[in-house]
Amino acid sequence: MVGILEDKDRIFTNLYGLHDWGLEGAKKRGCWNGTKDILDAGRDWIIDNMKNSGLRGRGGAGFSTGLKWSFMPKEVKEGRPHYLVVNADESEPGTCKDREIMRHDPHLLIEGCLIASRAMLAHACYIYIRGEYVFERERLEAAIKQAYEAKLIGKDNVHGWDFDLYVHHGAGAYICGEETALLESLEGKKGQPRLKPPFPAGAGLYGMPTTVNNVESIAVAGTILRRGAAWFAGFGRPNNAGTKLFCVSGHVNLPCNVEEAMSIPFRQLIEDHCGGVRGGWGNLKAVIPGGSSVPMIPAEQCEDLPMDFDALRNLKSGLGTAAVIVMDKSTDLVRAIARLSYFYKHESCGQCTPCREGTGWMWRVMERMATGEADPKEIDTLLDVTTQVEGHTICALGDAAAWPIQGLFRHFRHEVEERIASYRAGRPHVQGAKLIAAE
Amino acid sequence: MSVRRLAKEQPASFAFSAESQAKADWWKAKYPPARKQSAVIPMLWLAQKQEGWVSEPAIQEIARQLEMPVIRVLEVATFYVMFQLQPVGKVAFVQLCGTTPCQLRGAEDLKKVLKAKIGDANHVSADGKFSWEEVECLGACCNAPMAAINDYYYEDLTPETLAQILDDFAAGKAPKPGSYDGRGASEPKGAIHTLTDPKLYDGSYAKKIKIPNLPEKPKASKAKPEPTA
Repeated sequence: MVGILEDKDRIFTNLYGLHDWGLEGAKKRGCWNGTKDILDAGRDWIIDNMKNSGLRGRGGAGFSTGLKWSFMPKEVKEGRPHYLVVNADESEPGTCKDREIMRHDPHLLIEGCLIASRAMLAHACYIYIRGEYVFERERLEAAIKQAYEAKLIGKDNVHGWDFDLYVHHGAGAYICGEETALLESLEGKKGQPRLKPPFPAGAGLYGMPTTVNNVESIAVAGTILRRGAAWFAGFGRPNNAGTKLFCVSGHVNLPCNVEEAMSIPFRQLIEDHCGGVRGGWGNLKAVIPGGSSVPMIPAEQCEDLPMDFDALRNLKSGLGTAAVIVMDKSTDLVRAIARLSYFYKHESCGQCTPCREGTGWMWRVMERMATGEADPKEIDTLLDVTTQVEGHTICALGDAAAWPIQGLFRHFRHEVEERIASYRAGRPHVQGAKLIAAE
Repeated sequence: MSVRRLAKEQPASFAFSAESQAKADWWKAKYPPARKQSAVIPMLWLAQKQEGWVSEPAIQEIARQLEMPVIRVLEVATFYVMFQLQPVGKVAFVQLCGTTPCQLRGAEDLKKVLKAKIGDANHVSADGKFSWEEVECLGACCNAPMAAINDYYYEDLTPETLAQILDDFAAGKAPKPGSYDGRGASEPKGAIHTLTDPKLYDGSYAKKIKIPNLPEKPKASKAKPEPTA
């Protein structure tokens, strides 16, 4: 058998779009089966079972989904409707899983929205999809239309829980993947994160109680409750339960999305599903295991590495969105991270000074490190600046900009030092380096 | 952050076509009546779809319709990078993903093709038909390197296939979006070992099922007639 997970235990059965994405096909694959029984079991039952399943949010932070739902007020107050908002602003470099859900298995997401809304007493849900996903948005709108026509959702639907589902789109801002920035954007403003507290469960969209969940977290809810919390909790190591979509990109022979059990060893994931590392396992240099925001880990730590939240945290990295970016020995790591620094500089919303100024500063220094036109002493200055950005901003973008750089120097500092040395060789006086550094 | 300003040359006026206006009204209806400014991004997008870019009169028209101060709409238009504040190529506007996952798989080589065929980034070609820009991660990393051309994704590109796509656009054809490596989506090419069990697709999973560990009393409200009977 290939991998750990068997076909019968996969949730996203149309991941590759080889079958009908529409309502008929989705029903045939088990979607919308028993949904009414789930809704009738009530709020507490749904939340308890989601907690018991051990599902941790799939958007990157890994917070218990059931627990998050339980933070919503238990009663709807007069004039304060509850909202579910689904975060489909998938923009973390390396991540491309929600896209496949929305274009190939949209009904799993729609069913999940209905169940989650029942659990948090919401009658309206907005799906915030990134603006670039034009095709995916069209597909999702078409699937929602099918669901309305079949009376699965909407007023007086067959499930007995009035529910309206709307698609909203963004326009190319990574920061709108942060939940409060997303809410700002949905309200028609610039996507600048809000201070917390108040948390969205108290005052979110339009100031009403709101929960923001990732697409994958919502889309798995229906199947988890259909098969039972124990089934889902049976995969992966304790505290890292379930199945997970992995997006493997970069230097592998067959880059792909694949659903696997949590805690699958990294090597098995790459060799069973992705045709192995380009040039063989020995050609592996480093891996960014959870989307661009998490620090990279070197090849020697990847041998028996279980791909889950806790194992990667112990390596001072993280599972994030499970977007695995593989880099072989031909990779210029400094150049690769400098490009990420540019990304964060481009995507900083400009609200907090450490991030607005720091991301640009870090990018400029990283660019010079990539060519070697820097002073060896600047490495420590750069690392010092990353710690001054990290943790000193309203949202986590500042942290996300700092971590890739810290990861690079934690494991490959010697490469940068060698590059600086070889750039200096034959140049007794490097002009200008200091001037640029002071910028 | 990047500096984004409105174009120097602006058209005299802007009006939504009947079709765009109908779509705009459809968007506005999605939000609570007092919250219609939520529709500002979709409406700017509609204006851009209609004219090719977002002009100052368009911003004013949207502010008027949504009863927002013009500055609030201007703020949104300049904050979100998908809004083009000057004209772009009319036939093909290429947005090449240059972020690390695409860079690792050859986005730099694609940039050279675009430079040779179209010219510098962010400049419309002399005939007004083509322009290109480098954008940040478009979220199709398993199909890297890729580019969005006129909204749709062209994936698994090589310098040769990208050049061919541009030639096709120039010849008035409409090249198909999707993978140019023979893939359907993001599956491992030619080696799909998962999702092969026919039982997943023959309707076995659509049969009536019993949801596990449901509460003893099915439901308080509907179960009322039964327990006393």
